[in-house]
Order: sequence, then C-alpha cells, then structure tokens
Amino acid sequence: MSDILNQLQEAVIAGEPEQAHELAAQALEAGIAPLDAIDRSLNPGMQIVGDKYECGDYFIPDLMMAAEAMKAAMEKLEPELMARQEQRQILGTVVIGTVEGDIHEIGKSLVATMLGAAGFQVHDLGVDVPVDRFIEQVKATNANVLGLSALLTTTMRNQEAVIEALKEAGLREGVKVVIGGAPASPEWAATIGADAYAENANEAVDVVKQLLEV
Amino acid sequence: MRPHLHFLSRGTIERVISEAYDLLIDPGVRVHSERALRLLAEHGADVDLEAQVARIPAALARGAVETAPSSFYLYDATGAPTVHYGGDDVQFDPGSAAIEVLDYDKTESRAPVTADLVRFIKLADGLDALDAVATSLVCADVPQEIADLYRLYLVLLYTGKPVVTGAFAVETWHTMKDLLATVVGSAETLAEKPRAVFDVCPSPPLLWSKITCENLMDCAQYGIPAELVSMPLTGATGPATLLGAVVQHAAENLSGVTIHQLVKPGSPIVWGGSPAAFDMRTGTPPMGAIETMMIDCAYAEVGKYLRLPTHAYLGMSDSKVVDAQCGLESGSGALLGALTGINMISGPGMLDFESCFSLEKLIIDAEIVGMAKRLVAGIDERETPLGLDIIRQVGHAGNFLTTRHTRRWFREELFIPSGVVDRDFRRNWEAKGSLDAAARAHNRVEEVIAAYEPKPLPDEIAQELEKITLQAAQAAGMDSLPELGD
Repeated sequence: MSDILNQLQEAVIAGEPEQAHELAAQALEAGIAPLDAIDRSLNPGMQIVGDKYECGDYFIPDLMMAAEAMKAAMEKLEPELMARQEQRQILGTVVIGTVEGDIHEIGKSLVATMLGAAGFQVHDLGVDVPVDRFIEQVKATNANVLGLSALLTTTMRNQEAVIEALKEAGLREGVKVVIGGAPASPEWAATIGADAYAENANEAVDVVKQLLEV
Repeated sequence: MRPHLHFLSRGTIERVISEAYDLLIDPGVRVHSERALRLLAEHGADVDLEAQVARIPAALARGAVETAPSSFYLYDATGAPTVHYGGDDVQFDPGSAAIEVLDYDKTESRAPVTADLVRFIKLADGLDALDAVATSLVCADVPQEIADLYRLYLVLLYTGKPVVTGAFAVETWHTMKDLLATVVGSAETLAEKPRAVFDVCPSPPLLWSKITCENLMDCAQYGIPAELVSMPLTGATGPATLLGAVVQHAAENLSGVTIHQLVKPGSPIVWGGSPAAFDMRTGTPPMGAIETMMIDCAYAEVGKYLRLPTHAYLGMSDSKVVDAQCGLESGSGALLGALTGINMISGPGMLDFESCFSLEKLIIDAEIVGMAKRLVAGIDERETPLGLDIIRQVGHAGNFLTTRHTRRWFREELFIPSGVVDRDFRRNWEAKGSLDAAARAHNRVEEVIAAYEPKPLPDEIAQELEKITLQAAQAAGMDSLPELGD
C-alpha cells in the first residue's frame, strides 16, 4: 500500500480531520482511485478504530473524531467518485432526528456518527424535527431506515406521530423505523409499531444491520 | 466548628463569573420564548428574534443577581417555615421524576403507577431526614399530558412537607400553581409562604427551551420559587474541563436569573444544577462520578459567592440495583454536598442516572443524610475544659457509662441510625436472619409506611384538588382518576 494511503489510514485512526482531508487530496493527485482509498485505507482504518473501542483503548471522543476524519476524507473523494460514476458500497440509507418538541441532541448524534462510521449513508435532520420533515426526507433520500430519538416522556409520543404519518404517506413498508431515547423501550417500540428499539449507539448499529440483513 | 469544603479560590470564582458574563454577550443565549426575548430586548439586551438569540449585557445580568433574594423559606402545611434556602443550611429531598421504579429483590425495573407514588410519599413523609418531598415518580397509569400535575396532586394529599417539583409543559404549570394555591388558600398566600419550588432546566449549551423558559417566567410572576437546573455534560454538551463546565453552568444560570428577575425583581430563585461528567466509554451521564460531584460543589461555591441560595442533584447512584455501588456513590455525593453547604440536595432514592426510584434505597439514603447532617454539625467545644474534668473524675477506673456526663452528651454527640445500619454483634445479626442492607431496608420500608399518619386536608380543599386534577385528566382523555387504594 502506498505511503499516502498508509498516512490517510493513520489520520483516520488518530482522528485528524484536516490531515485526512489533505491526504485524500494527495491520494487523488497521485492517481489513486477513490474506491481504492476507501477500501484500502478508510474502511480498514475505521475497523481498527472500532476494535480499539471494543477493547477499551479508545473512548467515544476518539471514535467521534475518527468518524469526522473519515467524513473529511470522503468530502474530497466523493466528487471524484461521482465524476467517475462510481459508488462506494453503502450498507443503507438512514434518516435520523430528534422528534418535534425535543431539543436533545447528543444521543441522536452519537447514533448518527456510529452508523456513518459503520458504512451507512446518514442524513441527520437535527433536533425538534417536525413530522413532515421526516416524511419529506425519507421520500427524498429513498431511505430504508428511519431513526427517531426522544428524551422526554412528553415528546416520545411524537415518535408514534411520525410512524402514523409514514403510513398515511404510504411509506411505512419501505422503511425500517428504529426508536431510541431515555423513556423509550422495546415495549414502547411494539406499542407504536416501530420495527426496533436500540438502547445505545453501538446497539443501534447492530439493530439496523439486523433489520436490513447486511 | 463546622467543616467546609472548597474547590475554588476566590480568584477562580471571579474568573468563572467573568467568563460567564462574557458568554452572555458572545455568543449569547438561545431563548425559544418570544415573551422572554422581548422582555430582554426591552431591558437592553441585543435580541435577534429570528435566530432566537439574546446577547445579554453584563450590567443587566449583574442587576438581576442584585435583586434576587439571598434567602427564602419553604413552608409546610401548617404554615411553618421548615426549609431554609440560604446561607450554609443543608437540607435534603428525594430525587425527582423517575420514570422507572425498582421493586425489592428484583433486577428489572418497571413503570411506576399511582400505588407506587402513594407508597413513596408515605415513606418520604415518615423519614425525618428528608426535609422536603419531591414529586419523585412519573405515573404511567395517567396520560402523560397530566403526569406532572398528577404527581403534585398526590403529594399534596399525602404529605404536609414542603415540595420540590417541576412542570413538563407550559399549561400544566398553571394547573400545578392552582393546586398549590388551593392547598394554601390563595395565590397570594402561596407567594407569601411558598409551599413548593419548581425545577426549571436550561438545555446545554446556553439554551432555554420554550417550556422551561415559560415555567421560569411564570414562577417569577407568581412569586413561586424557581430552582435553576443547568446540566452541562463534560466533553459532550459542555467543555471537558471541570472548570469549563462550571463556566457554562454559570452562564446558563445567570441567563436564567436575568430572565426571571426581569419578570419580577425579588422573586425567589435558586442556583441549582445537575451536571455530569459524561462517561466516555458508554456515553452515559453518571450522577455517581466523583467529577460530577466536584462540578456540583464548585458551581455551588460560585452561587454562594453571588449570594444566591443553592441546590444540587447529589446522593444518587448509577447502579441498577441497591448494592455497594449505591452506597459508595450516594454516600460520597451527600457528604460532599453537605460539606459545601448546599441548601437543597436532591437525590436520595434515585438509581440509574436519575431515572429509577427504589424505596429501599431511599431508606438507606435517609441514614446517609442523617450522617451527612451530623458531619456538617461539626465538632463543638461542648464544655470547658474539653475533657480534663471528666477524665480526671472517672480516673483509672475507666467506666464512663455510669457517669452523668455520658448521659448528658451522647444523644447530642451521636447520630443514632435506625437498624438499617448494622452495628450488631455477628451472632445477633445471624439470629435476625443474616439480612443484608437491602433486606433490612425493605423491612423498614414496610414499617415506615405502616406507621404513616394521614394528613387529612379540609374536605373542601381535598375536593377542589380532586376537581382540578380530574378536569385536567378529562381534558387529556381520562374519564376518572385512578383509585388511590388505602
């Protein structure tokens, strides 16, 4: 493997977005195919990061910064992929957000980052997301997974409202709905007709993979 | 002499406050309430209504700190001032708003219902260590739209102690205010002799959501005490450094004091919080982390410097069951908070990051509270000479048990725990069933609840409370209130 790809991988593992961005540019200039950079450098780098987290060497901030580095590199590689009419392999497309009336961000963002790092295309709509916006985005991105976060007992009902709206829009069949947040539970998921509940970001990745059988 | 714990020098506290004032100007505070934004603008803040951001000049915030009272009382059902927010007085109330309850001898928690809340109130009412009762359980057998006010309704029915509570919506706050006004006689009496304090929680970083901001302003308007609960999570929703988190906490609370005092100068407000040292392995907000407790104590020092009453969520555990971790974390938090002189420490009974309540834990925590209060009472010079006379008097014979001196002092010098704290001989402990602390606590839960003395309200008041609550329930689609049992 070329020095550049080695360095790019190191930048991802070290969680250095600026470096990763610069090294991705260098890789393209050196004539390395973007898919090669992804398959031989970024993906294995994220795998190592995941392993380091599992064994306790790495912590959440390390994980998040590695994901940021990967994202920074992809910003450079993506246009070149498009130009070549190539596509990186993605495991699925996820739309995620915190439901209307609820401004809690951190758990939802963790899940979004972990899914992105695991190879999903993630559209993070942020917090206090109106029902309609979830529906629009599911439609626009052709998402196969929808993640709904709620931290309050008073806002968790809006998870149900989104699912109802999906049904009305005729989109429910095409998308797996995963819910999360402190007051949510597997029972609540069953009550409101979600496909699954995930307790935390790691579990969310496993749950989504299982639902999509990837 | 009373022991005091300090983490911050005067110079550090002043830098914290100075940086907090700077944050109020740049980047300012996000405020999702037009009413608050307009009020701030009227008083000289630079307000962007579109972006919902207020840049608050330091002079405005300083003025608010000046008008906020440095102390006030909460009153019990007899009208006696029993909780003093101010100075270094230390009081405790149970942790609040659990959405789970843990039954004895179970490892799985479940959603609480009316009967659980009633048992909790009877228990908290009977434990002298607890100075106030919180609306600690969110009942799952009523619509969520009335879950906040329903808790208060039951608390007012079953205890005469002062109450620590909070609203989950803008409208329900008013219903809760009506319940409180009913029980004390009128809204005017409620303002004169507040029975309850409302927690209001800004969202980190630097955001007042619509609900909390309206609650904050309504508290000010009606003169009902508000307790600011800023909760930065280190390295997640606030800086990773402990002092950085204290700065953010100070900025959020100062913005709260400002909005509150602009509505009605002189309304009582508390410098409280519930920060946590974010767990970098699991992504949880551990209430039992030692750094969580350090931030709590440090921000309380900042509040004291500003001469405001203080509060913290301490004495909680992240454990899922009543075990050694519970004792470790709850004990540490309660002691550190007491040594800091925090006026109201909320937490006893709470497990699992402030989400699960255990009656057995409340019993054990009441012993911790007893010890914490004893600790801060300190070591006094009871007499002069300190020990010379009595030691000479007993002499080498060495039996102090039969002296008047011992009988004169031991009750004052010792905190005498209930049987939940085991100090027995092993043989006796075995004879009583070799019970561990959780099992002993369980027995005492039943004893205290059995000894509960009803606090009957005058019929017309009880009926009015029920009427208000029933109306709210019916508006939320519930025809009749759950049976209260007993």
